[in-house]
Amino acid sequence: MDSSDLEKGLARTVTAAVTVLYFARLREALGCDSEQLALPADARTVGALRDLLRARGGAWELELAAAKPVRVAVNQTMARMDTRVNPGDEVAFFPPVTGG
Amino acid sequence: MSIRVQQEDFDVGAELTAMRGNRALGALACFVGLVRDVNDGAQVAQLTLEHYPGMTEKALQDIVEQAKARWDILEVRVIHRVGTLHPTDQIVFVAVAGAHRGEAFAACEFIMDYLKTQAPFWKKEQTPDGERWVDARASDDAAAQRWQGQEAS
Repeated sequence: MDSSDLEKGLARTVTAAVTVLYFARLREALGCDSEQLALPADARTVGALRDLLRARGGAWELELAAAKPVRVAVNQTMARMDTRVNPGDEVAFFPPVTGG
Repeated sequence: MSIRVQQEDFDVGAELTAMRGNRALGALACFVGLVRDVNDGAQVAQLTLEHYPGMTEKALQDIVEQAKARWDILEVRVIHRVGTLHPTDQIVFVAVAGAHRGEAFAACEFIMDYLKTQAPFWKKEQTPDGERWVDARASDDAAAQRWQGQEAS
């Protein structure tokens, strides 16, 4: 680990947070387009993060339920429920896409 | 390769003309998607397209790269509009140029099929009953899936 890695490591410890974005129907139903979320050590996958958000209850529980066709991207690349999430990552939740 | 996500309309003729510079080209295939006035049994007065800035461009680039890896194509242009659109408006433009028509047609269709299922755009319709988000179609997933496990021809 060189000094720049060390600095990045320190920065991660201080800002152990992820940016979470919501789009389209999800954004409207949740009343939220983005938030910074502290990432517990035991919530380091997309699925664990989804569980964490669902535990808020109400619209969160409903919209992020396992049966809902929610899509996820990590750092702007399509991801799966077992994709790893690290501090500083950008995680986006959205409905199946309907462009074109 | 040119990829644009924009609110403004585009001129198909100008785009195709701009792609013709390469003397090796023998085929130029293009698709233009339009806003329909009826969808799922309801009249659509207007459509609002939302997207995920940053990821959208990245996803489109990735789709075009996949097409280039599969077929021997030389030029690709993709334009997707966002914001508020009305029936008869152009939404999307995909053009592919190569030496021969076979790969140009196939790559153009491939890019559209993947764009429909992979690029982060969402449509919201204004109907007489109010606003509604458009649901994804199983037929679009099927269209994208048929390219999997199939060699380029």
